[in-house]
Amino acid sequence: MNKPGKDIEKRERIVNRIARELRDGFYVNLGIGMPTLVANHVPPGMEVVLQSENGMLGIGPYPAEGEEDCDLINAGKETVSEMAGTSYFSSADSFAMIRGAHVDLSVLGAMEVDESGSLANWMIPGKMVKGMGGAMDLVAGARRVVVAMEHTTREGAPKILKKCTLPLTGVGVVDTIVTEMAYIRVTERGLVLEEVAPGLTAEDVQRATEARLVVSDGLRMMES
Amino acid sequence: MNKVVASADEAIRDVGDGSVIMLGGFGLCGIPENLIRALVRKGSKNLTTISNNAGVDGFGVGLLLSAGQLRRHIGTYVGENKLLESMVLTGKIQLDLVPQGTFSERIRAGGAGIPAFFTPTGVGTIVAEGKETREFDGRIYVMERALTADFAFVKAWKGDRMGNLVYRKTARNFNPIMATAAKVTIAEVEHLVEAGELDGDLVHTPSVYVKRIFQGEMFEKRIEKRTVRKSVVGP
Repeated sequence: MNKPGKDIEKRERIVNRIARELRDGFYVNLGIGMPTLVANHVPPGMEVVLQSENGMLGIGPYPAEGEEDCDLINAGKETVSEMAGTSYFSSADSFAMIRGAHVDLSVLGAMEVDESGSLANWMIPGKMVKGMGGAMDLVAGARRVVVAMEHTTREGAPKILKKCTLPLTGVGVVDTIVTEMAYIRVTERGLVLEEVAPGLTAEDVQRATEARLVVSDGLRMMES
Repeated sequence: MNKVVASADEAIRDVGDGSVIMLGGFGLCGIPENLIRALVRKGSKNLTTISNNAGVDGFGVGLLLSAGQLRRHIGTYVGENKLLESMVLTGKIQLDLVPQGTFSERIRAGGAGIPAFFTPTGVGTIVAEGKETREFDGRIYVMERALTADFAFVKAWKGDRMGNLVYRKTARNFNPIMATAAKVTIAEVEHLVEAGELDGDLVHTPSVYVKRIFQGEMFEKRIEKRTVRKSVVGP
């Protein structure tokens, strides 16, 4: 059983590492949950515009108490504020910009990812289906798709598999997988292990991964 | 030209059993809450609702669910609704889940006279099963059909008596596209103004799409997840 403190540490490492993928001028969509936390780690001086698929560019911080606006929410239905230069648009326009590859980066969670870059994150057969929301469109349309997830399940089972077992969200759509253990690129040669967390070896990461990892010649320590 | 009706009840007078109704809103943001309450009062049955979410237990589309008025729901995410969950599991309602971008484009197409389109979304997943696929420039796309309805219930911030509408912030969401995709579009607005009071350059939904308009009797505008600073996101 994981301690909550340990979970926060893992998440911090993951979102910190993903924040280093941001570039000045990027338009970015952050998924609900852990990916949202990337917003806290935008490097100072860098201008990144956050897209919300419910029809907004320029998500700001949560509002101050008393300034919540029921007409201003993010895709997780949380009250937010706006940045200077914010714009609003319909859901059709929002997904046209997503599908049309105008969003530079989509960060989202996954239950499973496999070595072909397919991912599953919306449905477990036999349990209630809540719906895929905008995830299928984001992975099909964003210029780059980064998966933010814990390396294994709570029981320690691998989540990076040879082949996903759950119903897919997208086929061959993931570019990069960032976990608390590793930074992995999806390539035509398979999953390339680029970085490992401090204190871990490539073998440690492979043991927690069902898919075969190709260790990069330039294997580095993961900065956090 | 005057499309103004006196109340939500009058606006939905001809919504019969078995109607297909689009309802704007994302979560509880920008939902036509007065029209929903009127529809509960009217008690029409065997309805099909087309709406991104299904409200929450006891508010929004959730009211129609608990009143047993729905036969089928088409949406993208229904995670906030326990009642819907039990109704799906016991076969009391048919639930069709659609990727949100496909959902919005199907509605847009429905209003724009486009019967079908090809999208990369969902290719190779269960949402593409049984559907026509085609390769364009080396990539596979799946064909999706347009969505239309008998009625669209939309909610705007301001509207004039001709039916021009202006939405506010993220309460816009699906409202403008749904306004284009139904035989009868009914708009409830927070502020009903005279023709000429809205700047024509800033109108989001042109009047041609709207058949009936009224100022909503009561806006609760419930917040689903109240998050404030001090919390995790933000500088």
